[in-house]
Amino acid sequence: MEMIKPVKRMKLALGPLLYYWSREDTLAFYQQAAGWPLDIVYLGETVCSRRHLLRLPDWLELAEKLGAAGKEVVLSSQTLIESESDLKALRKLIADGREGGNHPKVEANEWGAVRLLAEAGCEFVAGPTLNAYNPDTLAMLAEMGATRWVPPVEMPRETIRDMLAALPESTHIETELFGYGRLPLAFSARCFTARHYNLQKDDCQFRCLDHPDGLVLASREGEDFLAINGIQTQSAKVMSLAHRFDELPAAGIDVLRLSPQWRQMDRVVAIFRALADGDIAPKEAPARLDRFMPAAPCDGYWLGEAGMDYHPVGAPA
Amino acid sequence: MTAALLELICPAGSLPALKAAVDHGADGVYLGLKDNTNARNFAGLNFDEKSLADGIRYAQARGRKVLMALNTYPQPATLPRWHKAVDTAASLGVDAIILADPGLMAYARKTHPQLRLHLSVQGSATSYEAVNFYRERFGIQRAVLPRVLSLAQVENVIDHTDAEIELFGFGGLCVMVEGRCLLSSYACGDSPNTFGACSPGHAVRWEQTPKGMETRLNGVLIDRYADNEKAGYPTLCKGRFEVQGETYYALEEPTSLNSMEMLPEMARLGIAAIKIEGRQRSPAYVAQVTQVWRAAIDAVKRAPESFKPTPAWTAALAKVSEGSMNTLGAYYRPWK
Repeated sequence: MEMIKPVKRMKLALGPLLYYWSREDTLAFYQQAAGWPLDIVYLGETVCSRRHLLRLPDWLELAEKLGAAGKEVVLSSQTLIESESDLKALRKLIADGREGGNHPKVEANEWGAVRLLAEAGCEFVAGPTLNAYNPDTLAMLAEMGATRWVPPVEMPRETIRDMLAALPESTHIETELFGYGRLPLAFSARCFTARHYNLQKDDCQFRCLDHPDGLVLASREGEDFLAINGIQTQSAKVMSLAHRFDELPAAGIDVLRLSPQWRQMDRVVAIFRALADGDIAPKEAPARLDRFMPAAPCDGYWLGEAGMDYHPVGAPA
Repeated sequence: MTAALLELICPAGSLPALKAAVDHGADGVYLGLKDNTNARNFAGLNFDEKSLADGIRYAQARGRKVLMALNTYPQPATLPRWHKAVDTAASLGVDAIILADPGLMAYARKTHPQLRLHLSVQGSATSYEAVNFYRERFGIQRAVLPRVLSLAQVENVIDHTDAEIELFGFGGLCVMVEGRCLLSSYACGDSPNTFGACSPGHAVRWEQTPKGMETRLNGVLIDRYADNEKAGYPTLCKGRFEVQGETYYALEEPTSLNSMEMLPEMARLGIAAIKIEGRQRSPAYVAQVTQVWRAAIDAVKRAPESFKPTPAWTAALAKVSEGSMNTLGAYYRPWK
């Protein structure tokens, strides 16, 4: 007799916007996102404290609207904290977030935020840059209030599965995987976009605005390699697990993170929603997704290989 | 007098390097085991238990400290290796272990409560809130700050924590926040966080071509050198790339950090220790750099107001530095 296994529905999250877009474009993007078939939306500036076109009150207002549209909203904290004013902004994010009407959780992206959130008794999301590489660290995060974690983007499926299998039984935590978008790979005090334009970081003239999907860095033989996004360095290729969607549950993935891109994010979300609902098969996804992607796909990290590698489904991994 | 702090912590990639550091005036050395439990996991480097015991004996007999780096991130399948390394460090009597992973810190704290803990630069703690997290939770005595803060920002950290602060003074420069850089694993599968090495040797290829010497990392062209240029190791953030039709060191030039002229300010701030990078370098390098920095730190302690690096020190350090600014020409841009 065939057993019918209850299949948990994969949740879809819109990750924090990693780029710097105009205020109008950003607001319009989230206004549209309110109508997209997403479960969770992350808001806030995680990359650069100089980006100011949206301030905390703006993000909180968006949080209200998205909450009203039925999304779970999470406020993401800045990844690289350098100054006292960065810390002030972080404290305000935590405090004002709590007072917001729908009490959005905060995604902690460095351990100072974890400390402040735990001190305030807030549940939180443990972001990908906390470097939770083993079950001891993950269990500690859960104990401090993390209800969901995002593995480091380089973590392979086997490791994620082993991590979850080794957690104490009393530990309950959701796992959210970075599943679509240019991979955030590195952070620096230096702004590489300003450097490209021979500008000082403190007088960067906000050139990130001109590169809404990042600025591609190629090898000297023309191979697109990385993408510059201010102080952040991303992959030039777009990480995509659309073709491996059916592999996600076995690794314990509860939520798939889709990272915002400048154009046709609605189409990307729709395809992943169709995957989650079982309306299209993973092997059909690449052909549908291809024309909406700003660059070629990669999936190497998932398979424990170089992140830039790509293995089409059917090819040996 | 805070200047009494300013310990000189030097790299020991081998027993001869350790002895060179101790003999030339290091207050302490840092080292790691021959595996991926530390962030300089390169063939031919580092210590086994016997050389570690010998090194500890050599340094401690001369009143110097041995700090052991266990500063990669253990993963579920290999966690026991890191635990064993912590146990080894404790049983052999190192003066401190340098850790990045909170889970490993919890283990060390519980299993060896007397063992002194330092937060590694790989822990990416750039604010006092982060430093104080490790301080409160695991009782770390010292934090090594990533090479991203201005001295004013460092001062702000020091003003708000009881933990000692150690800074990098000299050597290879990571342009990215340490512990938050996955460029290497993106290109070749191994990152400093998990494998303990950036741009590891097994993925590197050197090839003389009609266009010049080419260096590749897992096939990606990192740089190409004209005949009059000295080819450098293909650390991928220090290659020349093309951005919007312009070819240049898009992320970082192959330069070394040298903060010697800031020593008086570091002394004034109460920096506990200055770290010299370079466990992958030779004992001769360690001897040379240690000697110069010993002289400089002693000079700062004697007379901070009149301190100035001497031309002889500067020349000695320039000779052993990685890369050269000479080939950069119009590509030079001020840092940040």
